Amino acid sequence: MINRISALLLGTALAFGASSAALAQDKAVKIGVLTDNSGLYSDLGGAGSTLAAQMAVEDSGLAAKGWKIDVISADHQNKPDIAVNTARQWIDVDKVDIFVDVLNSGVALAVNNLVKEKNGVMINTGAATSDLTNTQCSPNTIHWVYDTYMLANSTGQALVKAGGDTWYFLTADYAFGHALERDTAAVVLKSGGKVIGTVRHPLNTADFSSFLLQAQASKAKIVGMANAGGDTTNTIKQASEFGIVAGGQKLAGLLLFINDVHSLGLKVAQGLNLTETFYWDLNDGTRAFSKRFSERMKNKAQPSMIQAGVYSGLVHYFKAIEAMGGNPHDGIKVVEKMKSMPTDDPLFGKGTIRVDGRKIHPAYLFEVKKPTDSKGPWDYYKLIGTTPGEQAFRPLSESACPLLKK
Amino acid sequence: MQALYAQLLVGLINGSFYALLSLGLAVIFGMLNIINFAHGAVYMMGAFCAYFLLNVMGIGYWPALIIAPIAVGIFGMILERTMLQWLAGLDHLYGLLLTFGMALIIQGIFQNYFGSSGLPYAIPDELRGGMNLGFMFLPIYRGWVVVFSLIVCIATWYLIEKTRLGANLRAATENPTLVRAFGINVPRMITLTYGLGVGLAALAGVLSAPINQVRPLMGADLIIVVFAVVVIGGMGSIMGSIITGFALGVIEGLTKYFYPEASNTVVFVLMVLVLLVKPTGLTGRATT
Repeated sequence: MINRISALLLGTALAFGASSAALAQDKAVKIGVLTDNSGLYSDLGGAGSTLAAQMAVEDSGLAAKGWKIDVISADHQNKPDIAVNTARQWIDVDKVDIFVDVLNSGVALAVNNLVKEKNGVMINTGAATSDLTNTQCSPNTIHWVYDTYMLANSTGQALVKAGGDTWYFLTADYAFGHALERDTAAVVLKSGGKVIGTVRHPLNTADFSSFLLQAQASKAKIVGMANAGGDTTNTIKQASEFGIVAGGQKLAGLLLFINDVHSLGLKVAQGLNLTETFYWDLNDGTRAFSKRFSERMKNKAQPSMIQAGVYSGLVHYFKAIEAMGGNPHDGIKVVEKMKSMPTDDPLFGKGTIRVDGRKIHPAYLFEVKKPTDSKGPWDYYKLIGTTPGEQAFRPLSESACPLLKK
Repeated sequence: MQALYAQLLVGLINGSFYALLSLGLAVIFGMLNIINFAHGAVYMMGAFCAYFLLNVMGIGYWPALIIAPIAVGIFGMILERTMLQWLAGLDHLYGLLLTFGMALIIQGIFQNYFGSSGLPYAIPDELRGGMNLGFMFLPIYRGWVVVFSLIVCIATWYLIEKTRLGANLRAATENPTLVRAFGINVPRMITLTYGLGVGLAALAGVLSAPINQVRPLMGADLIIVVFAVVVIGGMGSIMGSIITGFALGVIEGLTKYFYPEASNTVVFVLMVLVLLVKPTGLTGRATT
């Protein structure tokens, strides 16, 4: 009997849900946060990205204007096949309009193709590969936060200028690592430096001692870490054990996040140079958002630039669909509208979106503080340089994006 | 050539972790017939235990080497008493599924509270720094790990293969009813054995805390390799898993030098080869 009642209730609920969705069809939006919820990158995106998306929905005030906005999230486990299957189901069955986060370059490139095929929208805030706005650019994708070209351009150039003219790369052996190594090597060569060797390690390696010994034996001035997350923190920690820095070589974290620095502790991380496009303590706007964010995080973490990007990207997306008067459920149209409007939010400041899908904003070169200079947890960065947006990313003249030929 | 020596030594260091972990697995499988998939999770708990001892109670590395394995071992014994013991006599698959589920739950809980990037744990002051061996810079801590784990491995082997307690234990797995008839409390012995195996994993966790980040997933990443080590060495063979652990560490280290891209698959390639030629593993005895 109870079973029958609950089945009836469920049926009613489903029918009600379906009818209400049908009524508000052009004012309904479904956001899919596709990210690593359980693996080595889950602190960089994960639950924090879902929270950022929810905050963007709440702050937009669209619900009060009759919009119905849902946020759903799934774990892609850093596997492109799982990601594509989930994304396909989201588009076909769950009617997801827009994908955010989508960290991991391998995953991002795979989902990029699918979203283009299905005419959805992707605001990629997590993946690093600059191919998303170069050879693989798509009219349905915006690459929001950072990319390998920008990282190489900022951190790489600064280090070569400071005298680090011979490089040895320690590269994560997948799309992201290859792209970061390629873009950084290009900058090193262009600035008059030399790459004397490279070693590629599998993603998610626990022990780097073999690779570090090879880097040490190369006698390169700079050991460039073209990896991310747990791989980078393990490399840095073990490099200090093997006396890499004490022996006169310098470590270059080509992609380091605030969460990595937090996990390493300042004692180990101090003095590292790194580039980010968002830091919680940049200005009043970033501080206000980060305070609200960290209060709602289980471990009280400050937002990473990936999570901040989810918020910022959605704020702009909401502006665009509101200006269109409703959700046309047509990815290309929405992205075109987004590109035609200047971006402005408290997290990344004023910016634009280029025709190749590249979001333009400044890049900040930071140095990790000494433990004595830090006021407490999360007070980690000292700003040492800012690259204006127009110079930070790959210029359109060097881009191979097919969208430019139109 | 110098580089090669260095890689051999580094391989030996990793081998110590494989040996310690596969030893615990082999003990548990050999004595309890349980394929303990929770082994990676208890290894991680050992590392976290060391972290809490240091950061909450101010207890340093050396006491942690003793306290953490005992604490996690007791946790293991509670698991054995409350859950695993009911699976005795059933198919291996049940034990595997139960321990796998427990591992997921334990990891999930830790990840929920501590995130995935991990927590820092510093090398104890006495073991800081390193020695220049001519062909490489050997961090003192790594040297200590090799020596210490060798001692622990040999002591465990001696305990099980050469003492009266070990003889009773082995007899109890062969024929529990008969051993009970001699007045020996078999269930208690099995619980203690599980505690010992789990404690060994926790000890490996404490040893690795200063080298790797203390992360909820640190065990999950390692456990599959360790299973391959146990399979290659021969399920349940104590000496086999110790020797295979060290040997595979070295082989993996050499792969990282000659063909780094294959370094996380070489162990499994070897496993397939060994299984094709000798399905019982290198030192395993055929059971009929």
